[in-house]
Amino acid sequence: MSAITLRALTKVYPGGVRALDALDLDVADGEFFALLGPSGCGKTTLLRTVAGLETATGGTIRLGDADVTRLPPGRRDVGMVFQDYALFPHMTVLDNIAYPLRIKKEGRARRHGAAAEAAEYLSLAGLEQRRPGELSGGQQQRVALARALVAHPRIFLLDEPLSNLDARLRLEARTFLKRLQRELGVTTVFVTHDQAEALALADRIAVMEAGRIRQLGTPVEVFRRPANLFVASFIGSTPMNLLPGRVCGGSVAVAGAVLPVPAEERGSVEDGESVVCGVRPEYLDFSDVPADGAFGGRVSVVEHLGASSLVTLDVGDDRVSVVVGEDREPRPGDEGWAVPRPGRVLLYRDGELITGAAEAAEAGEATEAGEAAAGRPVEPVAGDGGAE
Amino acid sequence: MNETVREALRRIGLATFVSAVLGFFALPLLWLAFAPFDANPGITASLPEFTLHNFKVLMDNPYALASLRNSVLLAAGTAALVVACAALAAYALSRVRIPGRDVLLYLLLLLSSIITGTAAMVPVFLLAFNLHLIDSRAGVVLVLTGGLLPAAIFLLKDFTDGTPVSYEEAARVFGASPLQILRHVVAPVIRPGLATVAVWTVAQVWGDFLMPFLLLRNPDKAPASVIMYTFYTEGGQPDLALISTFSLLYSLPVVVMYLFVSRRYGFRFHGGIKR
Amino acid sequence: MAPPTSPSEARPLAVGRRAGTGDDAAGLGRARAAAFVAPALVLVAVFLVFPAVWTLYLGATDYRLTGIAASDPKFVGADNYRDVLGDGGFHHSLWLTLQFVLGSAVVGQTVLGFAIAWVMRDRTGPLRRLVEGLVLLAWILPSSVIAFLWIALLDRDDGTLNALLGTPGTAWLLDHPMACIVVFNVWRGTAFSMMLYGAALGNVPPSHLETARLAGASTWQTLRDAVFPRVRGHVLTSLLLVSLWTFNDFTPFLITAGGPDRRSEVLSVYVYRTALGDGRLGFGAAVALVMILVNLVIALLYLRALRGRKEAAA
Repeated sequence: MSAITLRALTKVYPGGVRALDALDLDVADGEFFALLGPSGCGKTTLLRTVAGLETATGGTIRLGDADVTRLPPGRRDVGMVFQDYALFPHMTVLDNIAYPLRIKKEGRARRHGAAAEAAEYLSLAGLEQRRPGELSGGQQQRVALARALVAHPRIFLLDEPLSNLDARLRLEARTFLKRLQRELGVTTVFVTHDQAEALALADRIAVMEAGRIRQLGTPVEVFRRPANLFVASFIGSTPMNLLPGRVCGGSVAVAGAVLPVPAEERGSVEDGESVVCGVRPEYLDFSDVPADGAFGGRVSVVEHLGASSLVTLDVGDDRVSVVVGEDREPRPGDEGWAVPRPGRVLLYRDGELITGAAEAAEAGEATEAGEAAAGRPVEPVAGDGGAE
Repeated sequence: MNETVREALRRIGLATFVSAVLGFFALPLLWLAFAPFDANPGITASLPEFTLHNFKVLMDNPYALASLRNSVLLAAGTAALVVACAALAAYALSRVRIPGRDVLLYLLLLLSSIITGTAAMVPVFLLAFNLHLIDSRAGVVLVLTGGLLPAAIFLLKDFTDGTPVSYEEAARVFGASPLQILRHVVAPVIRPGLATVAVWTVAQVWGDFLMPFLLLRNPDKAPASVIMYTFYTEGGQPDLALISTFSLLYSLPVVVMYLFVSRRYGFRFHGGIKR
Repeated sequence: MAPPTSPSEARPLAVGRRAGTGDDAAGLGRARAAAFVAPALVLVAVFLVFPAVWTLYLGATDYRLTGIAASDPKFVGADNYRDVLGDGGFHHSLWLTLQFVLGSAVVGQTVLGFAIAWVMRDRTGPLRRLVEGLVLLAWILPSSVIAFLWIALLDRDDGTLNALLGTPGTAWLLDHPMACIVVFNVWRGTAFSMMLYGAALGNVPPSHLETARLAGASTWQTLRDAVFPRVRGHVLTSLLLVSLWTFNDFTPFLITAGGPDRRSEVLSVYVYRTALGDGRLGFGAAVALVMILVNLVIALLYLRALRGRKEAAA
C-alpha cells in the first residue's frame, strides 16, 4: 500500500488554466519524494491539492487507505512547511510550534511540553520565547519544520523548503533535512525548482511540465537517462549537449562525428531519420589528440567551476561542452576533442528518448530500477561494450 | 569668478526662498503658540507675559470641556464602527472571490470621492431629519461612517492584500476553523492596519465641521469644531483668552496622534492621516 | 505612495500558485464572506449612495425647509435645473470656484509643494524637519482652529499682518476676500503636494541627476530632462486629487462665510446658503447635483490616470 495515491488528478482554474492534467502518481510509505519543474509547471498546485488548500477539479487523492479528495485540509492529517515558512509573527517560537496542538485542544502544559521537545529535537533550545522576526533564516526554517511535525502527521509536505536560505546555509539545511527525514521515516513530498536539490535529497523525483509528469524515477535514472529533451535540458547543473544528427546506415552522423546506433535500438530507427544526440558534459572526456568517434573543434571558452572546468568547443556550427578535471584545462584557441564515455550517448526522436522494445515495457512500470534500468546506452564507436 | 558669483546668488536665492516659506507657514501659527499663555491676549501675535490664568477661563466655560468630550465621543464611536465594518469587509473582499468584487470596489471608490459632505449636505440633512437623527450624536456617527467607510475599506484591503495568505493556509492545514483563523492569526497580523485606519478616522472626525454643524442643534452636544466656531462668530467681542487656550487644547490631540503614527509606523505616505 | 484610494485589485491572473491563493485562504466560504461585507455595504448604501440618489429627486421638487412646500413638496421637473443654470448667483459662484481651485490647488499648492520638495530633497537635519513640520502642522490642525488663526492674522485693527506690514486698518478679508481664501488654501493644503512630490523625487534614481550634473545641465534643464519625466504620472494624479478636495472644501465658509456681499461664495458655500440658509432645498439639491457631476468627471479622470500610471509601470 502506498502512502499517497493520486488517480487522474485534475485541477483547472477559473479561466481555463489547466494546472494539473489527469495525473497519476504513487508515493511509497516513508519515501522522500521530489516534485521538480520550472515555475508554472503545476508542482506547487499538486502539493497544495494534496494538502487540501486547492480543491481538485477531478480525480482522487488517497492518503493511506482513506479517500481525502473532498476533506478540508485540517482533517487530512498532513504537516506542511510553506515557502515563506508562514510563522505567525505575533506568537513566540514555542506558541508557533504548539499551534497545531492548540487546535487539537491539547492542554497548555502538554502542548508546550511537546513543542519544547520538538524544538529541542530541531536544535532550537533556548529560542523558545523569541519571536520569528528575531530568528535567522535557518532557525525560522527549523521552527516551521518543528511546527509541521509536532502533531506527528501522516504526510509531510514541503514547499520549496530551501529556497529562502542563502547559498551556504542551503547546503547545511539540505543535509539536515535529509537526515531528519531518514530518522523520522515519515512520507515526505517536497516541491523544488532546483534540480540539484531534488537530485541530492529525493529517493524519487517526478519531473513536471505543464501539469503533467514528464519523467518519474530515481535521481540516477533521471540524471543518466532523461526520458525526453525537456528533462534532458532541465536536469544537470551544466546543460546537456543536445546535437542534431541523422541516422545513416547503422550509425548517426552528428557534429562531424559518426557514432554507431547500439544494437537494441537499431530496429527502432530508420535510415535518413533526424534524431537529437544527447550527451552530458560530465560524460565526455577531453583529449588534445584526435580520437575516433570524438567531437573535434576549437576551444572557445573555459569556465572554472572549482575542481573542474567547463570547456566549450566550437564544432562546426555546433557547440559541445566538456567537463575537464583540474590541471588539464586547455586554453581558448587550442584544438581539442571530446570523447563520449562508453554507454553515455542518448538518442532522441521527436523529443522522446529512443529505447529498445524490451525497455519500453520496463519503463512503463516506473519502479525503482536503479542503475540497471538506467543502462543500455548508445554505444560509441570506440566503446567497449555498453552497460556496466 | 563668474561661477562664484552665480553660486553665491544661487545660495542667496535658496536662503530667501526657505526663509519665505518658513515665514509664510509660521506666521499664522505664532498666535496659537503665544496667546494662550499671554496675560492680556490680543489678536496680534506677540511674545507673552507668561500666565496660565487663561486655562482657568477655559475651565469655567460651560461648553468648552463638554464639547471636547463630545468630540471624543464622536471620534471614538465613528472609529469603532469604521474599523469593525471596514475590517470585516476588507478581509472578505481581499481573500474571497465574491462575484462582482472588482466592480463593487471600483464603485465604492468612485462614490466615496464624488459624494462629499458638501455635495450631499441637503439630502443628508433631510435623511437625518426623517430618521429622527437630528440632534443625535449617533446620527453624526452613522453619517460620518458612511462617508469614511469606502476609503477605510480600501486602506485595509491594500493592507490585507499585502499580508501573505500562507499565514491563514498554515493555520488551515493544522486544522483551524475559519473563525479560529480570524481570531488567532488574521486579527493579530493586520492589527497595524487596524490601528492606522482608527487613527485616520479619528483625525478625520476630530477636525470635521460640516456634519455636526449641520446635524446637531443643541450646543450641549456640539463637538469642539462647532463650539470653536461659535466662540468667534457669535455676538460681541470674542474672548481671546478662551479661544486661544481652547484652540491649543483642541489641536493638541491631533498633533500628538500624528507624531505617534509617524514614529510608530514610519510616515508611510497614505495620503497622511488626513485627507 | 499612492493616495488612500488607489484601486489595488485587477491583479493579473497568473498561472499556478498566485491564481490559487485568490480564493479563500481561510476557508471562509462565500456566504460568510457576504455576511462580512454586508454591514459596511448597508451603511454606505444608506448614508452615502441613497443621499446621492435622493439629490436627483430633490432637485426636481420645490422642497423647502419651512412653509407649505416643506410638508407637501411638488414635483417641478427640470425647473430647478433651469433656474440654477440661469441663475446669476450660480454663475458668479462657479467663476469664484474656478479661481479658487485653479489658484490655490492647481497653481499654488502644486508649485509651492513641488518647490519645497525639490529644495529639501537631499537635505537632512533640523532645517528640513522644521520646514516640513510647519507645513504639515498647517495641514493637520482642525479647520475651525486654522480658520480663526487666519481671521486673527488678517484682522483689520490688530491683525499680525497689518502690524508686520505697517498697514493698520487694512481690512484684508473685506477688501480682498477671494485672494485671502486662495492664499489661505495654499497655506492649508501644500503639505499634500510637498509629501507626494517628496516621495516621487525620492524615486528618481540618483544616477539620472548625476548624469544631468555631469553633462553640465542647469537646474531648469535638470528638472525638465531628468526629473519631470519621472514624476509626470504623479503630477497628473495629484492635480486631480487636490482639485477634487479643494472643489469640495467647506473651510472658506469658516473664514468669510461667503462674504462680504457673496464675493467669496464658492460653490460649497453657495449650496449651504441656498439650501439651508434660504431654505430652498430643491434648488440647493440641484446645485449639489452639478457639484456631484463635476466631482464625477474629476474622479473618472483620476481613476483613468491612475490606471494609466499602473500600466506604464507594468
